[in-house]
Amino acid sequence: MAADEKVIVADKLTKRFGDFIATNEITFEVSKGEIFGFLGANGAGKTTAMRMLCGLSAPTSGNAQIAGYDIYSQTELIKKNIGYMSQKFSLYENLTILENIEFFGGIYGLTDQQIKVKTEELVNRLGLKSEAKKLVGSLPLGWKQKLSFSVAVLHEPKIVFLDEPTGGVDPVTRRQFWDLIYEAADRGITIFVTTHYMDEAEYCNRISIMVDGRLEVLDTPANLKRSFGVGTMDEVFYQLARSAKRGD
Amino acid sequence: MRTLKFLLRKEFRQIFRDKSIVALIFFMPCIQLIVMPLAADYEVRNVNLAVVDHDKSPYSQKLISKVIASGYFKLQGYNASFKEALSLIESDQADLILEIPQGFERNLIREDKQKLFVAVNAINGTKANLGGSYLNSIIGAFNADIRMQLIQQPRFSQFPVIDIVPSNWFNPVLNYKIYIVPGILAILVTMVGGFLSALNIVKEKEIGTIEQINVTPIKKHIFILGKLIPFWVLAFIIFTIGLILARVFYGIAPIGSLFVLYLFIAVYLLTVLGFGLLVSTFCDTQQQAMFIMFFFMMVFILLGGLFTSIDSMPEWAKLVTRLNPVRYMIEVMRMVILKGSGLRDVLPHLAAVAIMAVVLNGWAILNYKKTN
Repeated sequence: MAADEKVIVADKLTKRFGDFIATNEITFEVSKGEIFGFLGANGAGKTTAMRMLCGLSAPTSGNAQIAGYDIYSQTELIKKNIGYMSQKFSLYENLTILENIEFFGGIYGLTDQQIKVKTEELVNRLGLKSEAKKLVGSLPLGWKQKLSFSVAVLHEPKIVFLDEPTGGVDPVTRRQFWDLIYEAADRGITIFVTTHYMDEAEYCNRISIMVDGRLEVLDTPANLKRSFGVGTMDEVFYQLARSAKRGD
Repeated sequence: MRTLKFLLRKEFRQIFRDKSIVALIFFMPCIQLIVMPLAADYEVRNVNLAVVDHDKSPYSQKLISKVIASGYFKLQGYNASFKEALSLIESDQADLILEIPQGFERNLIREDKQKLFVAVNAINGTKANLGGSYLNSIIGAFNADIRMQLIQQPRFSQFPVIDIVPSNWFNPVLNYKIYIVPGILAILVTMVGGFLSALNIVKEKEIGTIEQINVTPIKKHIFILGKLIPFWVLAFIIFTIGLILARVFYGIAPIGSLFVLYLFIAVYLLTVLGFGLLVSTFCDTQQQAMFIMFFFMMVFILLGGLFTSIDSMPEWAKLVTRLNPVRYMIEVMRMVILKGSGLRDVLPHLAAVAIMAVVLNGWAILNYKKTN
């Protein structure tokens, strides 16, 4: 794992919707294998930024390379190399766990043998053996989220983007979820995660905080707390978010 | 190609897991083809008739009983005055008034000439029109009968008479079922195919699963094909069920070749499904898609030539029907099933729907945006 290999390079990335600047010239870099926390109040522009990085939304201006590919011209190559888990649960609820895994594995071009091996690993890892043939819609939220994450990294992408993956999930399941994240990071998958939980922010290697579409700070949690002269990430966030003009 | 396999497997699983869609696929053709042709009848019966007989003579009685005996009319009132009869029309209990003037019999015999008055409630246009002309022809026949009785026929008619005897080809007894069943079948596959495909992609947008597809490296045309093929197969199944039902219940078996019929349906379905998919790429909610499809379906069906003849439409409407895939479908259904037309005869139709299929599907692929 080369420590300084940059898998996300964003340079003045901007997205406008009419007069509204959702994301305003954000510039940052993320290294391979890093767990990168992307924080900000509701409406600060996190999801827009993430959707641009995933190739779901075309930037208005600025540049970015994801996994070495250009965000304008090589979106399909980017998509081969990333995983994405949206805020809204988006596996197929009327398919079973096995069918969902098979479908997404197939779409990403895994062979039947790979799908078989991966499915078994995944089902065992999540302890879903007895549920494997149940419809995904019938699972509790916590399991759904763990399953979505596992499906998002099924094809061993270089980067996985997680948009508030633990929203509405209980603390125990959140802890288990972060175990999954660490395991993926250990395999060299870069994690790009947004969250509103400050304890989760502490788990990240580095975090950035967006305020009103701008990237206000970017550093390790420890450095941030030191520079703001406070004891917890909560307080760092609170000080920054208070200056925000945009509300909910 | 491998991706397509996974897409199709997923779509079929989802379709057959949805019990309401499976029920729809099998019950819709049954209901529409078994029940509807019995009710959707072009013939006008049960025309409500009010009679005002000022003459009350044997002749007027004879005329009235002849009218009633025709089976097309139901005597609603035998009124003393026209005013009374009119009130029946006003309260919608009667569709027609037949007024027989005083001295009907006398004048008919003596002066060889008499006038009858028929008032028609034209609110229900078809019923009034046909009812009126039925009544006219009955009176005409009655008139001829009387002539026979009263007047000694001259040896040679003074007037040359041209008697027209129509011969109805392909549907000799003018059985309207033979005419309407292929049309209903055409509309059935159009509705099912169009609506299912239009709602499908939009549904994925609504529940958010399309995002998860859009972040994958899936090719756009593969995705559209993955949505197209399942409904294409389904519509084929429905069409086949419909053909079997038409055979079993109405004895309508295609006179022309099944190959030609299926070849045309294959291309036609691509057009209809392509249109549905195109609509779904424009819409964000199922409600929007539903309304847009509804609008177009109404236009397609009303300008499709099933209920009204395209030849009698105004010129501009005729031009519009050229862009209407349903029109070609209904024509080809009737041509091949009833008349036995071959591939050569339906080639212009085939070409028209093929062009539409290419345009609509191409447009759907272009308009489906993975990045916005």
